[in-house]
Amino acid sequence: MPYLFNTPEDQQAMLEAIGASSVEDLFASIPEEFRLRRALNLPPAMPELALTQHLSALADKNIAAGRVPCFLGGGSYDHFIPAAVDMLASRGEFYTSYTPYQPEVSQGNLQAMFEYQSLICQLTGMDVSNASLYDGGSAVVEAVLMCAAVNARRRKVVTASSVHPEYRQILETYFATLELELVTVPAENGVVSLEALSAAVDDQTVCVVVQHPNFFGSLEDVAGIVELARQAGAFVVQSFDPLSLGLIKNPGELGVDVAVAEGQVLGTPMAYGGPYLGIMTCRDKFLRQIPGRIAGQTTAGGGRRCWVLTLQTREQHIRREKATSNICTNQGLYALRASIYLALMGPQGMREAAELCIRKSHYAAERLVRSSRFEQPFTSPFFKEFVVRDTQGEVAELLAGAESEGILAGVPLGKWYPEYEDCLLVAVTEKRTRAEIDRWASCLESVESGACSTADAV
Amino acid sequence: MRNQQATQLLFELSKPGRRAAQMPAPDTPDVDLSDLLPEQFRASAPPPLPELAEPDVVRHYTNLSTLNMSVDTHFYPLGSCTMKYNPKRNERLAGLPGMADLHPYQSEGSLQGLLQLLFETQQMLAEISGLPAVSLQPAAGAHGELTALMVAAAHFRNLGEDRRVVLAPDSAHGTNPASAKIAGFDFKTIKSRPDGAVDLDDLKAKLSDKTAVFMITNPSTLGLFEKQIAQIADLVHEQGALIYLDGANMNAILGITRPGDFGADMMHFNPHKTFSGPHGGGGPGAGPICVREDLSPYLPTPVVVKEGDRYRLEENRPLSIGRVRSFFGNTGVLVKTYCYISTHGPDGLRRVSENAVLNANYLLSRVKHILPTPHGDRCMHEFVASAAKLKKERNVSAMDIAKRLLDYGFHAPTVYFPLTVPEAIMIEPTETESKETLDAFTAALFRITEESATELHDAPFSTAVSRPDEVQAARKPIMKWKSDS
Repeated sequence: MPYLFNTPEDQQAMLEAIGASSVEDLFASIPEEFRLRRALNLPPAMPELALTQHLSALADKNIAAGRVPCFLGGGSYDHFIPAAVDMLASRGEFYTSYTPYQPEVSQGNLQAMFEYQSLICQLTGMDVSNASLYDGGSAVVEAVLMCAAVNARRRKVVTASSVHPEYRQILETYFATLELELVTVPAENGVVSLEALSAAVDDQTVCVVVQHPNFFGSLEDVAGIVELARQAGAFVVQSFDPLSLGLIKNPGELGVDVAVAEGQVLGTPMAYGGPYLGIMTCRDKFLRQIPGRIAGQTTAGGGRRCWVLTLQTREQHIRREKATSNICTNQGLYALRASIYLALMGPQGMREAAELCIRKSHYAAERLVRSSRFEQPFTSPFFKEFVVRDTQGEVAELLAGAESEGILAGVPLGKWYPEYEDCLLVAVTEKRTRAEIDRWASCLESVESGACSTADAV
Repeated sequence: MRNQQATQLLFELSKPGRRAAQMPAPDTPDVDLSDLLPEQFRASAPPPLPELAEPDVVRHYTNLSTLNMSVDTHFYPLGSCTMKYNPKRNERLAGLPGMADLHPYQSEGSLQGLLQLLFETQQMLAEISGLPAVSLQPAAGAHGELTALMVAAAHFRNLGEDRRVVLAPDSAHGTNPASAKIAGFDFKTIKSRPDGAVDLDDLKAKLSDKTAVFMITNPSTLGLFEKQIAQIADLVHEQGALIYLDGANMNAILGITRPGDFGADMMHFNPHKTFSGPHGGGGPGAGPICVREDLSPYLPTPVVVKEGDRYRLEENRPLSIGRVRSFFGNTGVLVKTYCYISTHGPDGLRRVSENAVLNANYLLSRVKHILPTPHGDRCMHEFVASAAKLKKERNVSAMDIAKRLLDYGFHAPTVYFPLTVPEAIMIEPTETESKETLDAFTAALFRITEESATELHDAPFSTAVSRPDEVQAARKPIMKWKSDS
């Protein structure tokens, strides 16, 4: 076996030292009736070469977004990842290390975590960041649970239909066993209406959960929502797109209490949805309630600056059922990737990437609605993602036709929004070229009977 | 000589005007940005991030990495964490463009290779666990626990039974009680006997028709197989409650015994432990769960199903608890799980556990002459020693030993866990270590116990820092860089 050391001689010597007659003898504490007396029914072992060929064959059956233009969004995006992110994060000393519980031999990870927290606070304008959660969806749930723990007498959580439908589904799942109620306010023109929200928010409301830019890519009036929530004594949780902060006002400036995000856009491959990076930031007042790990600065012998995991009394290994959350593992490696990404991008790189997203997505929207077949159902401003309606209502045919031409053209909205069954969600990142956008638009315009012709498009 | 400059904070290395990434010029028609983005939404300035050239960043992180211990560089006998070798092939294969560059909302037709892999992973985990229904969605072990408890809650809701209590032994991981609370249950602790086994009298006293789930880690965090598991299963099942197996220690029993066969109704796997996904400085992991067939309808959606020779995602499951994570789950980790299991096959997986247990017992046979091992001469994949005697007689604590081991080039074992053993030192060598390494570790441990107590209190001496002031860090938390500090 490729990862085992013990030779038959080693094994014999070790058994003698133990005083056991055989390896089987070491399992004596497992009652005989429970021993598996057959081989597991699994495929036979594959050496590296055979496994590589097998995985390559499986991989070849998939259409990789890296090989064809991808216009899919909805919480996962085909952004560019600089080479240094992969090179640095794959160093074994980062990659194969554990949670830094021994600070003396983990200063690399601890400093990287502290820098991650610092970078995220700089980016968001918020006071406190943890060292990451599972993903954007779990970050929303943990934010709401944190608000509910602080606002303990209230049991109602108000959100909007413009928040990622899967994030809302996760909230529903968690709320099924907790005494919390989720109220969802419909969005109009792609954004939540303040009047509808105002009617739903009352003195029983724990928090208002919004997304900005929202699931449709549209920009919400977060400042207005914050003002409205304040009057009812409710907190505001904002889910944001980290890349959008290269250009738009950050959650700190908008005045929200907790800001969370899917950090995938910061240097993490799409990988069919995971592993991703849950970003969580909040105001100082939540400092001792925030879930997850946190690195803190301190000193060691001689006053030397160094880092440790801190405020561990919030965590399960100390507080057990009184912990602020059950979250134990974090996404250390993806927090590291995000830090390296932000360090490479800097202020100007973030600004340029965000500008490219907004310019290219607007170009794509205009390019498509030139065709009488398509229209944009919403007039609200958007960032890198937008909704487009096929007036012929053939969304499935459009997508299948584009796919057969090697274009991942958009995400059908009908699955979550029956009222938008004739609509597509389209994301355009900085990676999409004008030629790709033109080809995409020509293809969608010309789809008939399940296939499009792009011969004259480029 | 260490490069001190490169380990300054990124913010301290920053100089206005430097940059690494540069985006291409827009190739779309020139439009005034304010036409696209109304003023009210627009930030007044780019985000105040550090300004660095690419070599700054590369040197910074490369130097930081050298301040870590890791499995690639050191023996990491961290009990309960299963820090085994992380196969390089798995990284390459999970990173194939046809695996990594996939969008979660691609059509099923464009994902047949991946869906096949995920479907087969479900089948493999079902076979290894002896529990046929699988959800790959949970993002981590604790998330798997929580998801399974939600499944249990849905099951009892559907039966019309009001069961509000979850039980777990005092040696359980802290995530067990925390997950029970988040899933809306009341939590009660079951005592362990001095030999580490569950105190059956305490279990009987606390079991009732209000009990929903008994959570048990088996093999336990003490590295022991719970011999009374048949009786425990009978007691719990007689009350109509479910047994949840915390799968943190599956590395010990692959192909040797199956939780489904010894009475577990639900369990999670920690692929990053059992199937060697790298821990990445604290994540990502994954937390797939396996459950009894009749609990299958409650599993979160989506689940991968096979129809003819096509694979698809099944979302429409009316009794499902719903969704616990966005998209499918931690797919990248699951690809590595598939690769790990495929590399080993049935015989290889069994040999993994045999060697993990052999190594642990060998190490136990050496360590017991140096530090008492309160639970006897045999263990599964890990064991707990105690420095209580050394502490009393010579004022040398578990922490002192752990810290001094760092000087000898070994990562510290887990200390002060499980909570039931005073001055606990929990050691897990895993199967991917050699006899030579285990002998060297034993020799270091022996030398340490002979060293002067006063000196040990100041250890480690050779690391970048020694014994940071954790009290100060918690009392006056500094959790980010500030421009004026």
